[in-house]
Amino acid sequence: MTALLEARNVTKVFGSGGLFKRKETVALENVTLLIRGSQPSITGVVGESGSGKTTLVRLLLGLLSPTEGEVLYKGRDLQKMSRDERLEFQREVQVIFQDPFEVYNPFYKVDHVLTTPVTKFHLARSKSEAQELIEHALEMIGLRPEETLGRYPHQMSGGQRQRVMVARASLLRPRIILADEPVSMVDASLRATILESLRKLSQEFGTSLLYITHDVTTAYQVSDSIIVIYQGSVVETGDAELVIKNPQHPYTRLLVASIPLSDPDRKWVQDETFVVDQTSIKVEHGCKFVNRCPFAMSVCHKNLPPFFQTDRHRVARCYLYKDGPKIPSFEIGNVFVKKE
Amino acid sequence: MKAEVLQVQNLRVYYQTAVGALKAVDDVTFSLKPRERFGLAGESGSGKSTLALALMCLIKPPGYIEGGQVLLDGVDLIKFSEDEMRKVRLAQIALVPQGAMNTLNPVVRIKGQIIDGIVDHSNKIPRSALEERVHELLKRVELEPEVVNMFPHELSGGMKQRVCLAIAISLSPRVIIADELTSALDVVVQRQVMLTLGQLQENLGASVLLVGHDMGLMAQFVDRIGMLYAGKLVEVGPVREVFKESLHPYTQLLIACLPSLEGKRRFKGIPGLPPLLLNPPSGCVFHTRCPQAMSRCSLEVPSLKEVRPERRVACHLYTEDKR
Amino acid sequence: MNALRERLWGVAAYFRGNTKLLSGVSLILALVLFWLIGSLVVSPARSAPIASLPSQPPSWQYPLGTDTHGRDLLAVMMMGTGFTLRIGFVAGAIGLGIGTILGFLSGYYGGLLDTVIKWTGDVLLTIPILAVLVVVAAMLPGTMSLNFMTLLVASLSWMLPTRAIRAQVLSMREQAYVQVARLSGMNHLEVIVKELMPNLLPYLAASFVVTSAGAVLALIGLEFLGLGPQDIPTLGMTIYWATSYAAILRGMWWWWAPPAVIIAALFVGLFLVSAGLDEIVNPKLKRRGI
Repeated sequence: MTALLEARNVTKVFGSGGLFKRKETVALENVTLLIRGSQPSITGVVGESGSGKTTLVRLLLGLLSPTEGEVLYKGRDLQKMSRDERLEFQREVQVIFQDPFEVYNPFYKVDHVLTTPVTKFHLARSKSEAQELIEHALEMIGLRPEETLGRYPHQMSGGQRQRVMVARASLLRPRIILADEPVSMVDASLRATILESLRKLSQEFGTSLLYITHDVTTAYQVSDSIIVIYQGSVVETGDAELVIKNPQHPYTRLLVASIPLSDPDRKWVQDETFVVDQTSIKVEHGCKFVNRCPFAMSVCHKNLPPFFQTDRHRVARCYLYKDGPKIPSFEIGNVFVKKE
Repeated sequence: MKAEVLQVQNLRVYYQTAVGALKAVDDVTFSLKPRERFGLAGESGSGKSTLALALMCLIKPPGYIEGGQVLLDGVDLIKFSEDEMRKVRLAQIALVPQGAMNTLNPVVRIKGQIIDGIVDHSNKIPRSALEERVHELLKRVELEPEVVNMFPHELSGGMKQRVCLAIAISLSPRVIIADELTSALDVVVQRQVMLTLGQLQENLGASVLLVGHDMGLMAQFVDRIGMLYAGKLVEVGPVREVFKESLHPYTQLLIACLPSLEGKRRFKGIPGLPPLLLNPPSGCVFHTRCPQAMSRCSLEVPSLKEVRPERRVACHLYTEDKR
Repeated sequence: MNALRERLWGVAAYFRGNTKLLSGVSLILALVLFWLIGSLVVSPARSAPIASLPSQPPSWQYPLGTDTHGRDLLAVMMMGTGFTLRIGFVAGAIGLGIGTILGFLSGYYGGLLDTVIKWTGDVLLTIPILAVLVVVAAMLPGTMSLNFMTLLVASLSWMLPTRAIRAQVLSMREQAYVQVARLSGMNHLEVIVKELMPNLLPYLAASFVVTSAGAVLALIGLEFLGLGPQDIPTLGMTIYWATSYAAILRGMWWWWAPPAVIIAALFVGLFLVSAGLDEIVNPKLKRRGI
């Protein structure tokens, strides 16, 4: 079971070591993630702000190097790749960013973001072939080339710009797309269209998707497997159906219970047991959630819990489930759901 | 029958541009009852933020109020002078604007920020009582007393929004308008802030106008909801009924495209694009994207009519309806 | 062809409604025309000494009169304007060119290169140009040719553009579109030239104006002190000669007034252009908030 993109027990610490041991921020701790190459999969990474999602994306892209652990692509450590391997990686792993405005150079028309990769990666042999390729990519996303090409970014809506970015990603037929909050700055009516086109990309081109978001509902809809992150640690991982519909970890339960459902008959319940977070105090030892957890035990204050398997396709990092089998960090990959 | 606290009649707010008037808010009529939670839902470009500002008479050029009335307890605010309006703001009607937490003065302690608001808009509270008032307000928004001496950067997003809420209720207004109060907040914090707002509303006996795009939030919080599209109010009604049985095609499509946790299904969006406000389509502003558009829709602008008790829709599908 | 037209139209858009920019550019263009047309109409030989009758007040034959050395002052003004403009803009261009390259390298790559460039620039900034020029001119009399002066002034005007451009590059480097460009396969040089440079054009233009103004100022400063070229008619030297020969006491206003007016006009023009460019740079940032 060869992994395509893999983060092995990755830890990332920011801040100065050196002479003075000043404030060190542990952005991510012991995170393992696996995207297989055999079949396309859609994995959701759910976390709130400050959870370390952005750091994870940058590590996976090789823009940052891990303090501990490694990030591997096709078995090769990103930090140690040769130039050719790097180029291959850059072509096969694409990103869609959150802000659909910042990603465009205001000096150029939107065509620029489409023509640049075509030229640089030699995707077409002639100008007309390139034009055809671009138009086809736009049409696949549901955009009309005559309404899109030739326009400046500020002349288009956020949703349209984001769709052009998806079209750009599809041009390269990547093996993996990392989508970092792709729809959070887009209107609800366009969100669905963009997510659907991402799903279609996955089905038609066999592209695997890593969908990073704070929106639990869309993560549930899109993903096969979900990873829930809290303050830099993975707290629960597994089949999206299990993790969201039957959450085990107290944090996941809190998260799911806080979702504003679009059903006026199913309102939030005022739950006094969960402490409102005051100024964020980072937890040094033990489980990160211990200060807010209604089930906290003494052992939770001392040690970070290991992963306990509660179902075939789900693990939770919580001492509540200590009766289950322990799964070492590097075997988390087996928990991920395989699509039939 | 209790009189309405806030009555908006045929409000029109336009922006002057080089190529003509941009109709950001076009002929909007609705009212807010006492102790009611009313949601104004709309996507970007719907005009909801402009509407919120207009209710506070905070529209600046090139925007201007072209016409209509904003009646607070029967008195038209639009006719007020700036001085008179100053006494009304915060004291009678308060706004927590979009991105409020980012506009807290970074070099002033929280205590100072709240006091500033009170002093600017009212002379009823003596200086000696101000500090006590601040403590009381922080308690009401469920913040620890220590926050009083902190600076904004020391607080989390949720806490900053609570400070903004504290400022908004500092003079016990009759109406609280919140524009995208929680959109920058995580879902867990959002829930807490919204529950706090709910409690505040009950304790004060105030009405809340929640302006935003998050339909889920609307479903959870408001009693009645109004749907805004391209500057027009297209549907108004009790929240349960609007969600369970939407009348306007836009509402139907919007609710259908909301992702749910029920089961996995295909994503559905609304085809087409929101209209350019500088050159809106003729007749009904939604007809170019409406799956149920008739020939009449491109010719005649439908007006907001009460087609059932408490249900109002602006749609030609219901103009023949005689229920 | 169409693309060119579109670009020109884009450039013209900058001028629309921008009175400062328009008047500034017009003023400078007027001076340029004065020089160009002048050198065609009036023979440069007349600007040499003893070409005409000395100390003549303005008349039909000599519209700006002559000085005590018999120079036809109209010819002197035309040629002088040309020299001043050329030195100013050439020095400005060279200074900007060096500044741009160093600014980009410094801002984009950072590290040791950045430290060295910054440190060198900061140290040189503390040295007043005029003092250096005076020392050099005094130590090497007779070598003060136009080209030498241009190079000298240029070599000391790169520091401010470097700083300004470095600052811009530092912030632009982190933009998302730069990351997208890198992920699309562009290497660092392409990113600098294709992604960053076009967005810096207004800053470069503003820098150019400031650097040129500084160069002209340094040049004229030197000439006021009599350290400019002795054998070429320039505006500054004319004023020097005029004050040396007590033109004010003698009432020979046609000698000192025209160069002063032209110099003033040049600076006003440069200032207006700079202010006009400021207007462009700021609303452009506002346009992004849609």
